[in-house]
Amino acid sequence: MERDKNFVLGVFDDEDVLLDAITKVRGNGVKIHEVYSPFPVHGIDDVLGYKRSKLPIAAFLFGLLGTTLALTMQFYMMKFDWPMIIGGKDHAAFPDFIPVTFELTVLLAAFGMCGVFFVSSNLKPWAQPRIFDLRITDDKHVVAIDLATNAGLGEEKIGDILKSSGASEVNKKSFE
Amino acid sequence: MQVTSSVREPLITGGKTLKDVTHDVSRQVEGKPTLGWILGLLVAVGTLLLGSLALVATLWEGIGMWGLNKTIGWAWDITNFVWWVGIGHAGTLISAVLLLFRQKWRMAINRAAEAMTIFAVICAAMFPIIHMGRPWLGAYWALPLPNTFGSLWVNFNSPLLWDVFAISTYFSVSLVFWYIGLIPDFATIRDRATGLRRTIYGALSFGWDGAAKTWSRYESVALILAGLATPLVLSVHTIVSFDFATSVIPGWHTTIFPPYFVAGAIFSGFAMVLTLMIITRKVFKLEDYITIGHIELMNIVIIITGSIVGIAYITEFFIAWYSGVAAEQYAFMNRAFGPYAWAYWSMMTCNVISPQLFWFKKIRTSIVATFALSIVVNIGMWFERFVIIVTSLHRDYLPSSWAMFYPTLSDIGVYLFTFGLFFTLFLLFAKFFPVINMAEVKSIVKSSSEKVNK
Repeated sequence: MERDKNFVLGVFDDEDVLLDAITKVRGNGVKIHEVYSPFPVHGIDDVLGYKRSKLPIAAFLFGLLGTTLALTMQFYMMKFDWPMIIGGKDHAAFPDFIPVTFELTVLLAAFGMCGVFFVSSNLKPWAQPRIFDLRITDDKHVVAIDLATNAGLGEEKIGDILKSSGASEVNKKSFE
Repeated sequence: MQVTSSVREPLITGGKTLKDVTHDVSRQVEGKPTLGWILGLLVAVGTLLLGSLALVATLWEGIGMWGLNKTIGWAWDITNFVWWVGIGHAGTLISAVLLLFRQKWRMAINRAAEAMTIFAVICAAMFPIIHMGRPWLGAYWALPLPNTFGSLWVNFNSPLLWDVFAISTYFSVSLVFWYIGLIPDFATIRDRATGLRRTIYGALSFGWDGAAKTWSRYESVALILAGLATPLVLSVHTIVSFDFATSVIPGWHTTIFPPYFVAGAIFSGFAMVLTLMIITRKVFKLEDYITIGHIELMNIVIIITGSIVGIAYITEFFIAWYSGVAAEQYAFMNRAFGPYAWAYWSMMTCNVISPQLFWFKKIRTSIVATFALSIVVNIGMWFERFVIIVTSLHRDYLPSSWAMFYPTLSDIGVYLFTFGLFFTLFLLFAKFFPVINMAEVKSIVKSSSEKVNK
């Protein structure tokens, strides 16, 4: 069977039932493709075994880039390219450079991190998402299980496991 | 596992389910515009057009159209600038600072408050840009762009330049923060729609699918953005206050300006949030999400920040006396008892006395009283900036240069223009965007709804 085409979907109404169900389903040796929710469910990355996001590291590195660029720019312009005496102070008036440095650090950290977020999550205006169930953005949580990666279990067995762990519905969904 | 307090008031009343949240918020995006909305938009666009006459006159003839003179070179323009930026601060405070403090009541109001921030900052930015006189050349004066003067760079020692960086960073980071929050809600509207609306909201939702992995990244992004926006919002009004504090004008040269301005900004911003939300919740029937409890909490923030502002006024006065500097002492005595005493005492009444009424529970839980006081506070905060700016300038060092400021029609018109712009943008937002963050509110339905507490 081809991967990423045929799915069994467990539909859940309640986030706490969902969290227990994910643990049970995974305990039964079923590999979960992904879980879709209308709102962020706390603790879901732990039960799904997802690693912590590396986005904070991206933000830090972009922030560092912002600091470096801002300081380089200001020292170059004010000290080397066109030195001017302002208020009888040193050309390289370091304390005066702090506000702009801070702002550019924040700007690059925020934009860099959001850029990485959009790219890594494939978020873009022309993206065509695969929608497993229209109620995902309304009030239902959906556990999607790829039949191909769980070939040993079979559709019916997976359905039973989902039902017994609290799914309110079990559906099938195929994509071309 | 959620722990529910039996003492705390529920954040969502009316026994709402997840489906109700989607329905109640998507309703006005999907429905036909109401008569009230259309009338509101007509008034806002009318104000915008009327004000734009003054704007065009100012740009065509120059800054001489304003009531400025050689003594008072800054007046309504900078007053309006600081006032609008200040209003913007509440949005970031609600979405970023309250997120860091895990205050769940922020969830129902953060979307509209952030929209208010973005529109207020647009209005604020108009004033320094117009005051350039020839804004089409302004990029060379405000940004470090290579030019044919050698390159003669912008002056990085000047707080006015810091302001350029602070305001533009603040605007762009707030915009991104707001938009990322909107993405899951656009997806909700997309999934309920068909045809053209589905295409438009589909593009706006960036292909959001609600995957757990994306939610996990979304949550980290929101947390880091909140962590970045918190010092950012404090820096913005700090730098705005530096425009005055780093000068040597008596009345401006004050070291308490940064915290005093930040508190004042939050104070006026919360007042504006209340003005807008009291109308929005009524018109869109969102009383179950923006409850009296929310209004009371915002009023408590107003008491705190209003009292900080009051203490700052008194401290300034005390320090002027205690410093022994005759010029400082004169500047403050002139403020309170000189020709602008009416402005000073309006400020004192609106900002220091009126918010103290919120100590009475009856008043701070009354919608009518809150609405009235929120407008009083915003008038007071406009006067605060006017008092600081104009009274400190109008009695110059030489008595022969003493002057008064009289606004012209262009001053008034440009201010009206920003009101028109603000309300036009806010009304368009309220109709076409979900005014409440549905995804976040849904995450607390189980723990903070009236149904659970019963």
